[in-house]
Amino acid sequence: MTATETQARGTRRGMRLDFHVLGPVLALVALIVIGILLNPNFLSYGNITNVLARSAFIGIIAVGMTFVITSGGLDLSVGSMAAFIAGLMILVMNALLPTLGVSVATILAGMATALVAGLVAGAINGLLVTRGRIEAFIVTLGTMGIYRSLVTWLADGGTLSLDFDLRTLYGPVYYGGLLGVAWPIIVFAIVAILGELAMRHTAFGRHCAATGSNEQVARYSAVHVDKVRTATYIMLGVLVGVATIMYVPRLGSASSSTGLLWELEAIAAVIIGGTVLKGGYGRVWGTVVGVLILSLIGNILNLTDVVSPYLNGAIQGVIIILAVVMQRGRAASR
Amino acid sequence: MGRTGVTAPPALALRRVSRRFGPIEVLHEVDLALRPGSVHALIGENGAGKSTTMKILGGYLEPSEGEVLLQGASAAFASSEAAEAAGVVMIHQEFNLAEQLTVEENVFLGRELRRGPFLDHRTMQARTAELLVRLDCRIDPRSRVSDLSVSDKQMVEIAKALAREARVLIMDEPTAVLTRRETGVLLELIDRLRAEGAAILFTSHKLDEVARIADEVTVLRDGEVVLAQEAAGLTEDRMAVAMVGREMSDLFPPKPAAPSTETVLDVRGMTVPGRVRDASFVLRRGEVLAFAGLVGSGRTELMEGVVGLREATGAVFVGERRLPRGDFGAALDAGLVYLTEDRKQRGLLLDKPLRENLTLLALHRFTRGLIDKRAEDRALDEAIRDFDIRAATRDMAAGHLSGGNQQKLLLAKTMLAEPDIVIIDEPTRGIDIGTKQQIYGIIHSLASAGRAVIVVSSEMQEVIGLAHRVIVMAAGRVAGELEGRDIHEEAIVRLAMGLGRSGEAA
Repeated sequence: MTATETQARGTRRGMRLDFHVLGPVLALVALIVIGILLNPNFLSYGNITNVLARSAFIGIIAVGMTFVITSGGLDLSVGSMAAFIAGLMILVMNALLPTLGVSVATILAGMATALVAGLVAGAINGLLVTRGRIEAFIVTLGTMGIYRSLVTWLADGGTLSLDFDLRTLYGPVYYGGLLGVAWPIIVFAIVAILGELAMRHTAFGRHCAATGSNEQVARYSAVHVDKVRTATYIMLGVLVGVATIMYVPRLGSASSSTGLLWELEAIAAVIIGGTVLKGGYGRVWGTVVGVLILSLIGNILNLTDVVSPYLNGAIQGVIIILAVVMQRGRAASR
Repeated sequence: MGRTGVTAPPALALRRVSRRFGPIEVLHEVDLALRPGSVHALIGENGAGKSTTMKILGGYLEPSEGEVLLQGASAAFASSEAAEAAGVVMIHQEFNLAEQLTVEENVFLGRELRRGPFLDHRTMQARTAELLVRLDCRIDPRSRVSDLSVSDKQMVEIAKALAREARVLIMDEPTAVLTRRETGVLLELIDRLRAEGAAILFTSHKLDEVARIADEVTVLRDGEVVLAQEAAGLTEDRMAVAMVGREMSDLFPPKPAAPSTETVLDVRGMTVPGRVRDASFVLRRGEVLAFAGLVGSGRTELMEGVVGLREATGAVFVGERRLPRGDFGAALDAGLVYLTEDRKQRGLLLDKPLRENLTLLALHRFTRGLIDKRAEDRALDEAIRDFDIRAATRDMAAGHLSGGNQQKLLLAKTMLAEPDIVIIDEPTRGIDIGTKQQIYGIIHSLASAGRAVIVVSSEMQEVIGLAHRVIVMAAGRVAGELEGRDIHEEAIVRLAMGLGRSGEAA
């Protein structure tokens, strides 16, 4: 996917290799090479599966975030939202246990809860931004605090745990897979492919870019700017629900520290991937590369003892800043 | 009026200046001299190299070859700041104002007056007020720039240049956004500055202004000077011929046959709060209806209200169908479109390629689930051919097109929606004479093909040359309507000034 997209862009620009397009891909390749050199286990099935499955949560959210940012918005609430939805799911499933028992129905009800909660939470963010005319930063800073506080309250300051038997039944959603590929990876891949299609080949994607590029022009071109914006937040909310569905079976619990700083990782992945923070241009495949870069850094630090894993955040920070410097380079050369 | 300046040595000059962008040469060995106490007009079609010339004079660009001479000595300005320090100030077409600051803060931006460690607000306000009086501009120095009209912003931009005590003033189409009265004030001001010894470079697409104000005229065509001489004895016709490089045949095509009596658009009692009061009018099939009036008379607001881009009350019927309020999408579905006067801020996505701009309004026609990019490419081919859009490459960003080509792209974008009724706001603002002629041709053929066109225009010649019928607005109301032989400049001006019809007044 990534390679073909890059090629397509290359040919469109007259076979000239565009460093700004290739930048994130080159960084990813460099990381993989470094990983292989430092630890022979790097390419093992176990390690690859581990890295990709862990990336899936942030990745699924980051795909949604790409649309929000492309249309000129921002959502800081996704990490807290994921924690809140996880808590809600667990409460609902535990509550249904006496009536539905340890059954697939209970799990499906929990999944439905997650999707509906995500949709509602996204709609609240979206409507406050569009109808309420409040800055996205402010709205989602507010909802971020609200959801984080709500999950702490639901858990009474501690941890909400899924019933043990339910956890056993639900477990394969994270730990199982199809043909040796873990479910989170499959879901992430599907979300990414659909996202790429939507961004590049549908009117919705075009309208997102137009709205982020110049809201007035979009309005004067009969684009329903508010609807587009709201839709991006709702889509992101639903994807947070999907990510939570994949996440809950991993630990079977939720607490006030669930999903901490996910919003920043997701935003960082989007930016590293080449989407413009102020909106107007976004690419989903870039976001996928960004997510992989961020999780590979952590993985490599854990696998080797050259640099302390505690410096993970510092290295990620450097990469984010470098990515933005490169974006500016592109803007100047245009 | 001291027109003796022509013999004085130049304050700022270009000597055999060429400029290339990559392999493309946009200026070729241009000579130009700005003398103290003299106004030099630089004219040419869009893309002829005027902007590049001005940017080199103002220190924004460096010449590839040749020299910039300041007081006869070679001066390569490293930056626009260096040029300003040497007394060379450029007034841009796109404003360089900090919207959130006040007029006073803008005028003194970067060179604030201090008393001790604090700002000397009183002196700065007083000086700003003085400058505004000189410009005959009645705005409060303490008002926020974002609250000002476009023409007032222009005046602030000029005040800012004056505050910098410019010896050389470079004005990029300063009158493009001004009303007649404001243009008059500005031209008088230029006269005064000339008398005070400033060297002024002035560009405009309005040749009557050039004839009125200039001491010397330089005409650029395709990056070369094709005519440079004293203004005295140079007619507007000769300037136009030099710009275009051929005789201008009639600018306006003959008016299309009289419109049918079928009403296609019926607007009743339109009120836009604070802007337009109780405006009603009808439009017929095959008709070109012009809306004339002063800038700020509410024409744009009325049209935006009609198509649903602005809060408004009143009824709009397209044929038999009543449009829902505030829904531009519904107007579009009914075959009614509006082309904004502000192509840079509202018309085109400047950082996006031509194709995405072209199809944005009619994207549903290219979408069956996924966007059909081949069909989009074909549409771009057709648009480039039909509207004669001159683009260096198909992939270029719309913002890199010249003004006239942007306007043609905007027209093509609108026509792709296949409208029956087209409202065009200032169809030819800031574009050259050759492109104007093309756009008039397009409007003419739309009407001939049985569509209906509303043209909102501040250019008198355009209104008179194009329209079957003219509605004149003044202060937010319909002041009167003129048809056929009654359409002439005096009648329009009288109505626009709120004087009533000449017959009634006499």
